[in-house]
Amino acid sequence: MVFKKSVQKFSGKINEVVIGTGEKAIKLGGENAMPFYDFDGNLGERPKVGMEILDIFPDNWIEPLKEMYKDVADDTAKWAQFVEENFNPDFICLRFEGADPNGLDKSVEECADIAKEVAESIELPLVIAGTNNHEKDAKLFEKIAETLDGYNVLLLSAVEENYKSVGAAGGLAYNHKVGAESSVDINLAKQLNILLTQLGVKPEDMVMNVGCAAVGYGFEYVASTMDRIRLAACGQNDKTLQLPIITPVSFETWTVKESIASENEMPEWGNQEDRGIAMEVSTASSVLASGANAVILRHPTSVETINMFIKELLS
Amino acid sequence: MSLTGLDIFKLTPKKNCKDCGFPTCLAFSMKVATGAVEIEKCPHMSDEAVSKLADATAPPMKTITIGKGENEYKLGGETVLFRHEKTFVNRNRFALLLSDSMTDEEIESKITSIKKVNYVRIGEEMRVEIVALKYEKSREKYLDLIRKIKESNLNIVYMLICEDVEVLKDALELVKNEKPIVYGATKENYEEMVDLVKGDELPLGIKANNLEELYSLVADIHKLDYKELILDAGSSSIKEAFDNTVQIRRIALKEEDRTFGYPSIVFANELSKGNKFMEIALTSLFILKYGSIIVLGDIDYTRALPLFALRQNIFTDPQRPMRVEPKVYPINNADENSPVLVTVDFALTYFIVSGEVERSKVPVKLAIPDAGGYSVLTAWAAGKLSGSSIAKFIKESGLDENHNCKKLIIPGKVAVLKGDIEDNLPGWEVIVGTDEAMHLPKFLKELQQEATAV
Ligand code: B12
Ligand code: SF4
Repeated sequence: MVFKKSVQKFSGKINEVVIGTGEKAIKLGGENAMPFYDFDGNLGERPKVGMEILDIFPDNWIEPLKEMYKDVADDTAKWAQFVEENFNPDFICLRFEGADPNGLDKSVEECADIAKEVAESIELPLVIAGTNNHEKDAKLFEKIAETLDGYNVLLLSAVEENYKSVGAAGGLAYNHKVGAESSVDINLAKQLNILLTQLGVKPEDMVMNVGCAAVGYGFEYVASTMDRIRLAACGQNDKTLQLPIITPVSFETWTVKESIASENEMPEWGNQEDRGIAMEVSTASSVLASGANAVILRHPTSVETINMFIKELLS
Repeated sequence: MSLTGLDIFKLTPKKNCKDCGFPTCLAFSMKVATGAVEIEKCPHMSDEAVSKLADATAPPMKTITIGKGENEYKLGGETVLFRHEKTFVNRNRFALLLSDSMTDEEIESKITSIKKVNYVRIGEEMRVEIVALKYEKSREKYLDLIRKIKESNLNIVYMLICEDVEVLKDALELVKNEKPIVYGATKENYEEMVDLVKGDELPLGIKANNLEELYSLVADIHKLDYKELILDAGSSSIKEAFDNTVQIRRIALKEEDRTFGYPSIVFANELSKGNKFMEIALTSLFILKYGSIIVLGDIDYTRALPLFALRQNIFTDPQRPMRVEPKVYPINNADENSPVLVTVDFALTYFIVSGEVERSKVPVKLAIPDAGGYSVLTAWAAGKLSGSSIAKFIKESGLDENHNCKKLIIPGKVAVLKGDIEDNLPGWEVIVGTDEAMHLPKFLKELQQEATAV
C-alpha cells in the first residue's frame, strides 16, 4: 500500500453570521469541514472568543476576579471598556444576572439602559445573555432589541418557551441576531431552528446554543450532540442545522466544585483560581474541538490560552 | 478490508482434494468468505496463507497491551471515529515525563506529585498511569532514574524513551518483566530495535519526520513481522500533531489501512512549551481526538480535575447512562433518627452527592427514587422526578412508617417541588437544600446543630 491522506469532502456549509457593526464586527461560521480539519475543506471564519461581564457587581465570582474588576464592576459600561482595553476579546457578553426574578429582579427598562450605555461605550460586538427565566427573558430581550436598534447584537437566547417573542423582536422588528438554545439534543436543536425560520427569522440572522456542561458533568452528551450536528449540517447538507454554534462555557464551569471549592475546603487541590481556569480552558478547547464557532469565557488567562490554542490549530 | 472468495481461492493449494468437505477449493473459499467456515478446515493451507488471511480479517485497529499485573492497560482497538456511533473502548492513558537531565529534586517532586494525585471519581481510580523516562545525557544517570522509580513503589507502566539500543539493553535488564513501552524506533535504528523487543513482545513506539515517512517505517517494521506498535504523531507543531493524530486514526478506520491501525502517542508537554494551561487545552483536544498516550510535563490537581473527568465522560457508553440502584442508602452510620436526603439515580450525581455527605460526617439516609438514570434537572424536565414520585418512593421504601426523623432535604435545583411533596407526604418537613452538592457539608452540619439545640 502507498501512503495517501484521508480526505473527506462535505457538501454542506455552515452559514456566515455577522455580529456587531463597524470595524470590530465579527463573522461566525462559513466552514464545510469538521473543526480544525483543514485537510478536508474550508474552515471558514476563525472561532471567536468572548468575555463575560454582568449588570451587577460579581459577588459570586472568585476573589482574584473581583479584585481585578473592583474599580469598574459597579459601573457596567466602565467594566465593558476595561475588558475591551485590557483583554481585547472578539466580543463581550453582557449577562443580566440582576434581572433574575429570583434575585434582584431589575426592571427591563433599567436593564435596557445599562445595555445602551455599554453599547455606546465599546466598539466590540455585544452578546446579551438573560436570566434563564423564560418569561422574564422574553420581556428583557424585547426591550433590549428595541433599545439597541442598530447595534446588531446577539440575543442569548430564544428557547422553545419564548422563541416567538424573542425571535419577533430580535430577528423581525429590529435587526439583531437570535441565539436558538436547546438542551443537548440534535432533534431539539433542529426543531427550534425550524420554528424560528417559520416565524420569519432568516437563517443568516441565527446562531445556536446547543447546550453545554462542564467537563466531567455530562460533557459527553455535549460533545456527541455537537459531533452529530456538524456531521448532519456538513455531511448530509441539512440546512436546518447549518448555523454557527456559540457556547457559554463560563456559565457552566464556574459553578462546579472544582472551581468553587476554596483552598481551606480542599487543601490538597491547591490554588483555586488555577482550578477554575483549568476547568474553563478544558471545557472551551473541548467544545471548540467538537464544533463551537464561539465561546464565552470569564477569566483573562482562559481567553489568552484559548486564543493561542485556536491560532496554533489554524496556523 | 474483507476478502472475496476469489482472494481466498488464490491462497488455497488448489488441489480439489475434498478433505475440507467441499467439492472444490473454490466452493470452499466462497464459504470461507461469508464467514460460514473456518480456513483451518483445509489441512493443506500453508502457514503463510493462514497468516495472510488472519491479517486480512483482523480488526482495523490493533489492541496493544502495556504494563503488567495491576498496571496492565489496553490501548487502541477502536472501531469508530465518533462516540455516538459506538462506545470508545480503550481510554487514553496519561504519562508523565521524567529525564536523566533533571535534578534529583525535580525528580523527587514529580514522583511525589504522581503519588499525591491519586483519587477516586465515580468509582474509578484517577492517576497517572505511565512514567515516560527520557534518556538525554548519561547512561548511568538514566539507569539511576529507572532504579529510583522502581524503588519508589509507584504503580506504573514504564515507557523508555531512548534511541540508543545499547543503553536500552541495560535499561531493559531493570524493567523487562514489567512489559514496558520501548519508544524510539526510527528509520535509522528500527532493525536493532525490533530485535531488542521481539523476544518479549514489548510495545514499540516509533517516530518519523512526517506522516509519509512514518507510514513507510511501519511498512518496513511489518516486513520484520513485528506488530506491537505505537505511533508518534509528531511534535514539531500543534497543528501537525493534531492533523497527524486524526489522519492516523482515520486512515486506519475509514480507509481500513492497517498500516496505521495502531494507538498513537502525543507529547502535550513538548507542544505546550511549559505553558500549563495550554497543556490542559491540548490534552483535552487529544482526549477527544484520538491520542492514546498523552504525555504531560507534570501532574497536579489543576490538571487532573478537568482532564481525568473529561476522559471519564468521553469513554462511557453513549446508549446507556451509568445508573445506580434506586433504594435507600444509609451514610455515616445513619439510623431512623437521621434526616433523609433525596437525589437521583444518575451515577455521576450519586457519587458526587454521597461523597459530599460522607465528607460532612453527618449521618444521613440517601433516598434515591427511580429517576430514569438522569441528572436532577434532566430528570425533573423529563417528568421522572416529581413531588408525587418522591412521595411515592418514601412511602414504598418504608421510610414513611419506620423512620423517626421526618426531615426531607431536596436538591436546591428542584426547589419548586417543595409544596408538591408536602401535599403528598403529610407529616414531613421538606427542606430545600443547596444548589451545588459541595455546599452540603456546611448545610448538613448547620442542620445537625439546629436539631441538637432544640
Ligand atoms: C447531560 C444532559 C442531558 C443528557 C442526560 C444525562 C443524564 N444521565 O442525566 C440527555 C442528553 C439525555 C438530556 C436529556 C434531556 N435534558 Co438535559 N441536560 C444535560 C446537561 C448538559 C448536564 C446534566 C448533568 O449531567 N449534570 C451533572 C449532575 C451531577 O448534576 P445534578 O444531577 O444536577 O447534581 C448536582 C446538583 O443538583 C447537586 N445535587 C444533586 N442531588 C442533590 C441532592 C441534594 C439534597 C442537594 C442539596 C444537592 C443535590 O449536586 C450535583 C453537583 O453539584 C444539563 C445542562 C447542564 N449543564 O447542567 C441539561 C439539562 C439538565 N437538560 C435539560 C432538558 C430540558 C432535557 C430534556 C427534557 C430535553 C428534552 N426536551 O428532551 C431531556 C430529558 C430526557 C428525556 N426526555 O429523554 C435542561 C433542564 C432545564 C430546566 N431547568 O428544567 C438542562 C438544564 C439544559 C438546559 N439548559 O436547558 N440531558
Ligand atoms: S481441503 Fe483444501 S485443498 Fe482440499 S479441496 Fe478443500 S480447500 Fe482444496
